[in-house]
Amino acid sequence: MIPSERGLLLRRRLLSGVDMLMSVLATVFAVLFLGWLLWGVVTRGVSALNLALFTESTPGAGIDGGGLANAIVGSFLMTGAGIVLAALIGILAAVWLVEMAPGGALARAIRFFNDVLLAGPSIIAGVFVYGVLVRPMGHFSGWAGAAALAVVALPVVVSTACAALELVPGSLREASAALGAPRWRTTLQVVLRASRSGILTGLLLATARIFGEAAPLLFTSLGNNFFTWNMNQPVAGLPQVLYLFATGPYDNWHQLAWAGALVSTAVVLGLLVIARLVSRHHD
Amino acid sequence: MTFNRCARRVAGIGLATVFALGAFDLALAGESHQIDGAGSSFAYPLYSAWAQPYAKQTDVKLNYQSVGSGAGQRQLAAGTVDFGASDAPWTPDVQMKEHIMQWPTAVGGVIPTIHLPGVKPGELVLSGPVLADIFMGKIAYWDDAAITGLNKGLKLPHKKIVTVHRSDGSGTTWIFTNYLSKVSPAWKEKLGFDKAVAWPGGVGGKGNEGVAAYVGRLDYSIGYNEYAYVLQNHMNYARMVNKAGKVVAPTAESFAAAAGNADWKGADRFDVVITDQPGEATWPISGATFVAVHVQPGEHAGRIRDVLKFFDWGFKQGGEAANRLDYVPMPKSVIEFIETEWHKQIKDAKGQALWPAS
Amino acid sequence: MARVLTGTAELASTPASAPAEVGDRLFGLGTGGFALLVLGLMLAILAFLFAGALPALRQFGWHFFVSSEWNPVSGEFGAASSILGTLATSLVALVVAVPVSFGVAVFLNVLCPHWLRRPVGVAVELLAGIPSVIYGIWGLFVFAPLFADRIQPALTDWFGGLPLVGGLFDGPPIGLGWGVAGFVLGVMVIPFIAAVMRDVLATVPRHLIESAYALGATHREVIWNVLVPSTRRGLAGGIILGLGRALGETMAVTFLVGNAHNVTFSLFEPGNTIASTIANEFSEASGDLHVSVLIALGFTLFAITIVVLSVANAMLRRSARKEAAA
Repeated sequence: MIPSERGLLLRRRLLSGVDMLMSVLATVFAVLFLGWLLWGVVTRGVSALNLALFTESTPGAGIDGGGLANAIVGSFLMTGAGIVLAALIGILAAVWLVEMAPGGALARAIRFFNDVLLAGPSIIAGVFVYGVLVRPMGHFSGWAGAAALAVVALPVVVSTACAALELVPGSLREASAALGAPRWRTTLQVVLRASRSGILTGLLLATARIFGEAAPLLFTSLGNNFFTWNMNQPVAGLPQVLYLFATGPYDNWHQLAWAGALVSTAVVLGLLVIARLVSRHHD
Repeated sequence: MTFNRCARRVAGIGLATVFALGAFDLALAGESHQIDGAGSSFAYPLYSAWAQPYAKQTDVKLNYQSVGSGAGQRQLAAGTVDFGASDAPWTPDVQMKEHIMQWPTAVGGVIPTIHLPGVKPGELVLSGPVLADIFMGKIAYWDDAAITGLNKGLKLPHKKIVTVHRSDGSGTTWIFTNYLSKVSPAWKEKLGFDKAVAWPGGVGGKGNEGVAAYVGRLDYSIGYNEYAYVLQNHMNYARMVNKAGKVVAPTAESFAAAAGNADWKGADRFDVVITDQPGEATWPISGATFVAVHVQPGEHAGRIRDVLKFFDWGFKQGGEAANRLDYVPMPKSVIEFIETEWHKQIKDAKGQALWPAS
Repeated sequence: MARVLTGTAELASTPASAPAEVGDRLFGLGTGGFALLVLGLMLAILAFLFAGALPALRQFGWHFFVSSEWNPVSGEFGAASSILGTLATSLVALVVAVPVSFGVAVFLNVLCPHWLRRPVGVAVELLAGIPSVIYGIWGLFVFAPLFADRIQPALTDWFGGLPLVGGLFDGPPIGLGWGVAGFVLGVMVIPFIAAVMRDVLATVPRHLIESAYALGATHREVIWNVLVPSTRRGLAGGIILGLGRALGETMAVTFLVGNAHNVTFSLFEPGNTIASTIANEFSEASGDLHVSVLIALGFTLFAITIVVLSVANAMLRRSARKEAAA
């Protein structure tokens, strides 16, 4: 090898090395930030973690003890109902967008507006549902909260479900059609089955997102100081309580807020891990 | 079992649970004994602290949520809640037009909070006009003659003053700017008073917590906070010169003096703002918090009776809880007057008084 | 039901029969109905916002978008500072998030040992799952003080004296403003951009990459000459997703942006954004005009998003056409 060539190779390797170092540093940066945030939540949250957190309702100000049972249950109820609603509408809409009318002007328009909605601040969903549900019904309710969360989740579900459906190779559809299956059966039994883990991943990401949303709940489910299963009544939401308690003056509130943050983060982590396990099965 | 099948089963169970709960929920809807109120975030700790023992004693659950005073007023007008709560009083016009009645429930105060190294809590003394000039930027340094004149013997540094205000609309800002408008003509003309004003400068923190965080962190800063915040967070604060020219410290007694010296009975529909009240012991930046209900609730009369019973209980049994949370209960004479007004103004579906004469 | 269907499947080796066509039509109508429901919902939201915004737009006209006056007492409102702040914080967020996300995506696709892929992937995704309130509180109490005391003075020292951009780095060392809000926002959108970029890079055919390595290409050359050119569209899609998230993010920004209706060109002066203004003032808005103004701000944000997305789509189409032509 002549020296200049070796120099060039060295230079290329060096430059490549620098790039790779940057890449590693970027990852370290992201992971460190996560660690820093989690460290803050865990160290502050763990000390306030106890059984009462899950069995007792939010305490009045300055009263020791109490828990977050009303808020945790309320959040699960509203998130659950919201995601079921968003999944039902979103997945079927995505099926039409990708399978029935791909590339059509209407489908393109729907996907464009979907992207627009994805960027909207979530408080808008609350304001909208307040206008169309709460005002006409005349009272706040858990169902209204669930509807607002569904509005936040819907664009996420539509866009992730579309992406998952598009990953299904066309050859699979052709094979099914060649066997004589009508389009609707191909879609339901072949395409949806092939893309279900991708769709489920999207659903779980959407769930994780709305589980942490406080703004859409403020003027829909209002919040409740007491424990209730009744979705026709105002229902407490965990992120809302978390915000209220974290910014309140009292020490027991601060502790509950950090414990709530820990619970909330753990739930989201759990959902993401499930999503990953599901998509691993798919790999 | 594959993971997918398992996941599907989990999803199925989740779905079934949600629907089962929905059905359960309809079954329960009839027997709910809950009344709902919303509004002032300042009043949230107090009403939520009253609601718990009250629910144990009476089986009536009073659910109060802090959505902000402005939203509280709008929700009452929209009829989505049984009562609204606000730190700024409903004007007599609005009360007439919307057929509502308001009354004060408790008194609190707004305190100038400072971060001034070397100065102990309560050492610094400020007056209304000086406070207005500081927040308008006219007084820019801590050793301005206007400040040192009030603080002979206190060594103040030649440092720029950083002002901190609430970024969100709030009753606290309403009370604070209302006071500044009363004591400073320039403030009244340029800025006026509201839940949010066009601050000429400084930093905005979200909520009491945000203001407390910035004042705590920024050297040579000044902000304003609710009394409970100042006490619970051991913040450094300033004393004030009141209308009578006396220097007063923010205490439960000086807030009570402000409430006691206000003319509740002479006012039109409790439209009283208790900033800058007379009296030697009066804390000048005091404020009451208000609650309002519809006076002709019709079919909802039973719920409104529950609201009145709750506040009656709070007035009579909730004083200790109020004190513990650093609120000042209403004076006894004012409570009697409020309940007489309940009797006079609020009617049930048949047009009878909802509240018995005392 | 299932048995009946299986039965027909066996029979269905004949060309598509009439019932199958009816089934397809019904299925298309059914799913199409849901797609229209989605569209209807979106248009309803936009119409609802527009109707709510109308009083404010009528009152102020075009002036609303260029005025920076904001005075609830006198009822004068202008959106300029909020619009500017939304764009500025989102831009800072992208400046932080795009290189980091690309780095993470490259790391996961090219460098990462197989056993480490999943843990690192989940860790980065978890950043997306932390409620935004927690980012806000953490930013206010942990990050902002550190930034104010350590990082900002250094930045001002290094860049403050430069011509043109120097002004960007002026400001009181209080640790809030567009800079800090944008930075934390950047961290928040990293997982969104990184996840898409990772998936997109993974779609490049293995044989393309292997042949490049076989020709003696270094990692750097494979990335910039093979991976990036063939995935430009997808990478841009990830950035747009992140940008969308950044434009509308509320809580974390509200805690950190300083919340002043302030037109400034410094990263370290307090400002505001559309989302933070709505969050700050909606519940305490005094009077119908104020409420209408806030809804008009929400509508403005949608308008900005529509413009941004249209521009991005047009750019993508052009680059796709170029690729096709090449």
